[in-house]
Amino acid sequence: MREVTLFSTCLGEELFPGAVAAARIVLQRLGLEVKMRRDAFCCGQAAFNEGMRRDAAELAARFLDTHQPGTALVVPSGSCASMIRIFYPDLLADQPALLKKARALIPWVHEFSEFLVDVLGVTDVGASFPHSVTYHPSCHLLRELHVIDAPRKLLAQVRGLRLCELPRGTECCGFGGLFSVKFPDISAAMLADKCKCIEQSGAEFVVANDGGCLMQMGGGLHRAHSRVKTLHLAEILASR
Amino acid sequence: MEPSGPDAFYAAAARAAADRELNRKLENASTRHFEHLAVAVSEFAPYQSERDAARRIKEESIERLDELLAELKQRLEARGVKVFFAEDAAAARDYIVRVARQAGVRRVVKGKSMTTEEIGLNPALEQAGIEAVETDLGEYIVQLRREPPSHIITPAIHLSKEDIGELFAEKLGTAYTSDPPALTAVARERLREVFLSAGMGITGVNFAVAETGTLVVVENEGNGRFCTTSPDIHVAVMGIEKVIPRFEDLSHFLEILARTATGQRLTAYTSFLSGPRAADDRDGPRETHLVVLDNGRTRMLADPVLREALYCLRCGACLNACPVYRHIGGHAYKSAYPGPIGSIVSPSLFGAGAAGHLPFASTLCGACKEVCPVKIDIPRILLHLRWKMTEGGGGQVAWPQAPARVRAAAGWFARAARYPSMMRAAGRIGAFLLKPFGHDGYLRRMPGPFAAWTRVRDFPVPSGGNGASGRETK
Ligand code: SF4
Repeated sequence: MREVTLFSTCLGEELFPGAVAAARIVLQRLGLEVKMRRDAFCCGQAAFNEGMRRDAAELAARFLDTHQPGTALVVPSGSCASMIRIFYPDLLADQPALLKKARALIPWVHEFSEFLVDVLGVTDVGASFPHSVTYHPSCHLLRELHVIDAPRKLLAQVRGLRLCELPRGTECCGFGGLFSVKFPDISAAMLADKCKCIEQSGAEFVVANDGGCLMQMGGGLHRAHSRVKTLHLAEILASR
Repeated sequence: MEPSGPDAFYAAAARAAADRELNRKLENASTRHFEHLAVAVSEFAPYQSERDAARRIKEESIERLDELLAELKQRLEARGVKVFFAEDAAAARDYIVRVARQAGVRRVVKGKSMTTEEIGLNPALEQAGIEAVETDLGEYIVQLRREPPSHIITPAIHLSKEDIGELFAEKLGTAYTSDPPALTAVARERLREVFLSAGMGITGVNFAVAETGTLVVVENEGNGRFCTTSPDIHVAVMGIEKVIPRFEDLSHFLEILARTATGQRLTAYTSFLSGPRAADDRDGPRETHLVVLDNGRTRMLADPVLREALYCLRCGACLNACPVYRHIGGHAYKSAYPGPIGSIVSPSLFGAGAAGHLPFASTLCGACKEVCPVKIDIPRILLHLRWKMTEGGGGQVAWPQAPARVRAAAGWFARAARYPSMMRAAGRIGAFLLKPFGHDGYLRRMPGPFAAWTRVRDFPVPSGGNGASGRETK
């Protein structure tokens, strides 16, 4: 495998270009040619999760036009990867042509950390990050894709990095896509607990593999004047 | 208790979410529950395979529902049980009130039953001049406070032992104590007189075995058994989904139900009821009624996705696992069934207008699905209901203004996202306008539908689509 496609995701494009660039660098350093395709902007997850299946199916159709099987598709977001892998077949169940395309593409779709560890068999990417870091496992990565160990294995090999345990780590940060703005009070209460646990971990950085969680936790920590910063896993792996 | 639309939910949820004390109690209870559950699971190797076995039996039961219900009815009637099929809550209430009135019952003792909460039985009995006393300790406590249960297994989970001590001192005139055994002793003494003077006992049903016509009630305090054996009349109330085919199926359910619900190997009391006392029996009720409730369940049955919700054992584990439930508590949902299970059944039981907003009040984190003993795919059902309430013809939710605006913006985004270059242009303009307001990468205030975001947390300064190339960092 020489060529991979990196899907920047809508949140990656607009809010976390650093994470996308870092993912690209990590993949390139592993000797891969990284293609970015610009014809699909969003996988449709937000619309799908809001019950807007028609709109989501339109975006899925566009996505499936853009991305073909045969080239690994790396997604630096657990929830976007699970949207494609787990929820496309449900979303497209009554559109046989699209369903067929989705099923053909799915084996090629990998979340970033999963791709490195399970597909490439790499855990040491030669990174160095002399800081204390805690890892927040994103819900979709954890419970839909069942990617549990890959991010930790990667972090364990980073020079100088001290991994701190995140208390109640597997608890949702309260993002939930539109939930965060439709139910801001509930979302904020969940976020407050997550921030408290992040502080308790004693880490300088909290890392996650999902733009949604990063925006939620980052926004909560910044509002609370915390010194803890958020980073995408790729940003740590790209550090030298 | 019935939900009454999104406005009431928003108000109650906001209040509860700000109540750190409530959150602390729920977190503690949930932590304890999962510690006990972990021990129970670790010492019982077949736990996982028993989950699968139980799930398969539920699948079979729901598949053969009408046939099994007919068999159950026939077996029970053969032993003198009066079986009544209630199409809705009103029919069930009326039937029970009628039976009580005809027998001249003045006082009813109740075992814990969420189904009777669902149909609003207590207020109906009260209106008919019949006193209904809850005899499960947790239910007794919330009834003294004149509030509904806030959890389907632990009704007083929102109260501390100090709260309960104060309540007893105030309502029962006993000296204040927060010692649980002492408080339990007070309730036990009070309830004893009530039990002995009650003309009717009302309970739920955990499983109804079609093959043998056996009603199974599991509980921990013996109050359920008291309700089913001491009063002259026993009325059992169950949803149509409680029937299972064979007696031997019970072993699979009993192995996992108590473990998942409370971390116990088995509940302290497991009663197998077969009907009124026979001529040569020395005790037992003289009359037994079974009310089999539909109340929207056949609508769930008819929907291939919703049908899975009928496998529920009402173990309550998904409530404890749910971070939303733990932050707003059971009362905010305003439904007899709060938490994840409540959000997937309430729209069918109480209607889309009343409860259609509940499936949206979830981050889809999946913690519920992970603990569910019969592996109900709750997130998938939530998504399905969201679709039904949006474009699937399942009724409309009367969204308050702010979330309605967010939904409109989401629709706009989804349609615009079909045209990536247009989205990127819009992103660049937005980023250009917002950049001057950023403070080390974050915005404190955002306009329009984003205002709900920045009301409670900061927003990362948009990059203007720089991530698309994978080359630029901001
Ligand atoms: S949905 Fe599952 S976890 Fe929730 S109450 Fe029902 S059986 Fe228990």
